[in-house]
Amino acid sequence: MTGGSTTGDDGSAAPAPAAPEKRQPWPLWEVFVRSSRGLSHVHAGSLHAPDAEMAVRNARDLYTRRNEGVSLWVVPASSIITSDPDAKGQFFESPQGKDYRHATYYTKSDGVKHL
Amino acid sequence: MATAPAVDQMPAESATETEEERAGREQFERLISEDSRIEPRDWMPEAYRKTLARQISQHAHSEIIGMQPEANWISRAPSLKRKAILMAKVQDEAGHGLYLYSAAETLGTPRDKMTEDLIAGKARYSSIFNYPAVTWADMGAIGWLVDGAAIANQVPLCRASYGPYGRAMVRICKEESFHQRQGFEILLELANGTPAQKEMAQDAVNRWYAPSLMMFGPPDDDSPNSKQSMAWNIKRFSNDELRSRFVGMMVEQVKVLGLTLPDDQIRFDEDTQQWEHAPLDWNEFKEVLAGRGPCNAQRMERRREAHEDGAWVREAAAAYADKRATAAQQKAA
Repeated sequence: MTGGSTTGDDGSAAPAPAAPEKRQPWPLWEVFVRSSRGLSHVHAGSLHAPDAEMAVRNARDLYTRRNEGVSLWVVPASSIITSDPDAKGQFFESPQGKDYRHATYYTKSDGVKHL
Repeated sequence: MATAPAVDQMPAESATETEEERAGREQFERLISEDSRIEPRDWMPEAYRKTLARQISQHAHSEIIGMQPEANWISRAPSLKRKAILMAKVQDEAGHGLYLYSAAETLGTPRDKMTEDLIAGKARYSSIFNYPAVTWADMGAIGWLVDGAAIANQVPLCRASYGPYGRAMVRICKEESFHQRQGFEILLELANGTPAQKEMAQDAVNRWYAPSLMMFGPPDDDSPNSKQSMAWNIKRFSNDELRSRFVGMMVEQVKVLGLTLPDDQIRFDEDTQQWEHAPLDWNEFKEVLAGRGPCNAQRMERRREAHEDGAWVREAAAAYADKRATAAQQKAA
């Protein structure tokens, strides 16, 4: 697996024209949908498509059949870089034990209004 | 729509387990015991991966094959409204198949391999789609009973321990409820129509009732692998539990339709708190699953034909993408 592909598809670019049966599978794209103005694009799922234009069209048909979105992003799955899942312990260690980064840590002001 | 999966036995722990595998296994066991979720890049037992890959791909194939009985009726639906509804439903089934293929792919099986297996007759799909849809009322009965059974099966799968499967199921369940309601409405209108229409509705319910109950899979005492699936938090309820719950819902809903279920043994057992129903013909289930149902050959033939007829579209799209990519490279050079 490379990049952020969760599928094992390496999402590599289409190869030089070859006999149809020897073609690489269509690359994998990750789809992000903005559900309404003012909100972020959120990951909805993935799909296969031969190129970016078809990926956007397929994403519309697959992920917005019921007005779920006003904008779409498609990203080649192979372009996504993820943190190392095996090292997540160390990688996300820094915030551990730093409760003072949360407002709830400060309890002496309980009952004080508008704070 | 899922039928109960068969599950491989968990292999005995290997004596040659590496440090890394041991850490992975311990994390997997901890996540399962906390009822947390497993994500694609986590370590997982090979049997868990295989079980899910098979269950999710079978589920995907079922959605894709499930388009056929209804697509056959689009041109013959009785009104423009019904045609539009049926088209939307068939399009949803295609979408559901694609969500599920995506989820299955995260386990490492390429999409094309799953399609090949289906077309080569190596993969299974839900036995329900091997029954013919012979009248318009069947569109009603399929929506009400078949999609109803699918929903009863699928709602607990939204909490399946494998993240991508659960997420696909959440999306699917949201969309399925329209399917069941439109089916119910078709039956309700027929049941309140002419005597011939009411008879047609009753006939469809009579034919789809038992096959829809069999969608939950074999009885618990004949489903030895369910136990492992439940231990892994893939399945949350046993086949019989879900089936009983479904019968309880249908027995009330059929009254609103003014029709009857073709089963005079339905009763609520106060001791077990379960709905009981007449015995089902499990030999028929096994025959259909083994490929000897009324429509198996026809469904496979149609799927193969669609794949082959669509080959030029896939090739043209890929050739066009190649051409554009090459042109872009040359321009950049």
